[in-house]
Amino acid sequence: MGKIVDTVVEKIVFLCGILSVIFVILIFGFLFIESFAFFKNFGILKFIFGRYWCPNSEPVLFGIFSLLMGSFFVTLGACLIAVPVGVMTALYISEVVNKSVRDILKFLVELMAAIPSVVIGFIGMIILVPCVRKLFNIPTGLTAFSGSVMLAFMAMPTIVTISEDAIRSVPWQYREGALALGATKWQTVRRIVLKTARPAIIAAIMLGIGRVIGETMTVMMITGNSSRIPHSIFEPVRTMTAVIAAEMGETVNGSMHYRALFSIGLMLFLITFTINFVADLFLGKNKNK
Amino acid sequence: MSKIEIKNFNLYYTNFHALKDININIEDRRITTIIGPSGCGKSTLLRSINRINDITEGVRTSGEINIYGENIYDNRTNVDTLRRNVGMVFQRPNPFPISIYENVAFGLRVNRISSNKNVINEIIEKSLKAVLLWDSIKDKLRKSALSLTLEEQQRLCIARVIAVAPHIILLDEPCSSLDPVAIRKIEELMIQLKDRYTIIIVTHNMQQAARVSNDTAFMLFGELIEFDRTEKIFTNPSKKETEDYVSGRFG
Repeated sequence: MGKIVDTVVEKIVFLCGILSVIFVILIFGFLFIESFAFFKNFGILKFIFGRYWCPNSEPVLFGIFSLLMGSFFVTLGACLIAVPVGVMTALYISEVVNKSVRDILKFLVELMAAIPSVVIGFIGMIILVPCVRKLFNIPTGLTAFSGSVMLAFMAMPTIVTISEDAIRSVPWQYREGALALGATKWQTVRRIVLKTARPAIIAAIMLGIGRVIGETMTVMMITGNSSRIPHSIFEPVRTMTAVIAAEMGETVNGSMHYRALFSIGLMLFLITFTINFVADLFLGKNKNK
Repeated sequence: MSKIEIKNFNLYYTNFHALKDININIEDRRITTIIGPSGCGKSTLLRSINRINDITEGVRTSGEINIYGENIYDNRTNVDTLRRNVGMVFQRPNPFPISIYENVAFGLRVNRISSNKNVINEIIEKSLKAVLLWDSIKDKLRKSALSLTLEEQQRLCIARVIAVAPHIILLDEPCSSLDPVAIRKIEELMIQLKDRYTIIIVTHNMQQAARVSNDTAFMLFGELIEFDRTEKIFTNPSKKETEDYVSGRFG
């Protein structure tokens, strides 16, 4: 009897495990088939480097360069904010405060991850956007910068928790060894602790970036949705995710526009896949040491 | 004047009284071993001499430890300078996960001993020679220190300490993770170093204490039971507990 249960459970677990792999392959295959048809029709270079996204003009233009730049600006801005703040928060939590404060801070940071993105977008729209407009004296506060600030909040929990784990898993003997040689606490942290934890911190940053690139709701609400090529971070932009979310509902199934959106999806998939893959490489490197 | 003078020293881990009223005078350029059963406070005492215990949560102390007449538990003591002058080698070899070269250079850099590359190279060579490691690793200084054997790692850790030119070297069971051949070599090294440094070793290995040390301190339950010349401790101790311990009746 026990043996049968064992076998059944084993099969179920196997099925669940293999299911997620199958789904990923299916999604990729689906994206690829739709995109391939589009590329054959429109041209892959014209798609990536085309300056204009005008699905309703004549002739239709499906250039995603402005969208790529939009996503790039928002992501870059979010990283510039989230990486230093996130890593320093992780350092503060793991190296400075005592255990009870650390537990509270970790809990709060993890709670940040639970805020729905629409709420973050909403808060950004009501509070941040008017501030940005007044502060920088620009025509609209719906800019890549506003998106970056709010997305930084979304990337931070990932960066902080993984970095903090990495910093605290640096063996205690290393710290003792460094301090015993006359190093100050800061020298120990900078020269030994951060150096040892570096691969995992890089992985944490990568995973944070992955989250930012794929984020849709917040950017749709506060980055202005203007598909022009931005020249600075203080201009409205449109991201790849926002285009898909905004236009998918109004396309005809199987049309060129529809397939163009799938092609954007494929690009996003490839970008996040690469980022996660690189992050995994760094995490693996850390473990082997 | 003796070099390290410990006076009425007490240490508590939160509520646990780990060191009870320790008084001991350790002299210059000799090897002193501290022996005693596990948990008797010998490592704690050693770790008090460079105040590395400070980083453990819940540690309180009272009394004095004077090194060359200066109380290191005085508020004005610069702990970083103290730790540079009182080097420490730990139970498990703990080279940093960076290159062999950078391991030795670390102490020179953090203490700003020199930023001149030639001077640094020279000190690194001298330190590695002092621990008899230079000849075997001089061609692979850029390799990770973790690629060395345990014995080599422990030698590297000693070299790292020597590089910052301390006056005193504390060794906390430095041989406990090594095999007998490696132990023999590290012991020879310690005897060689005695001419230049004051060395204090904590060990649970009584034979080791008898082989290498000039003086021996015996501790039990956080108290210093007896401190004397090593020969005397091992052949004719004055206290009953010491005799029982060194003759192997407990511990």
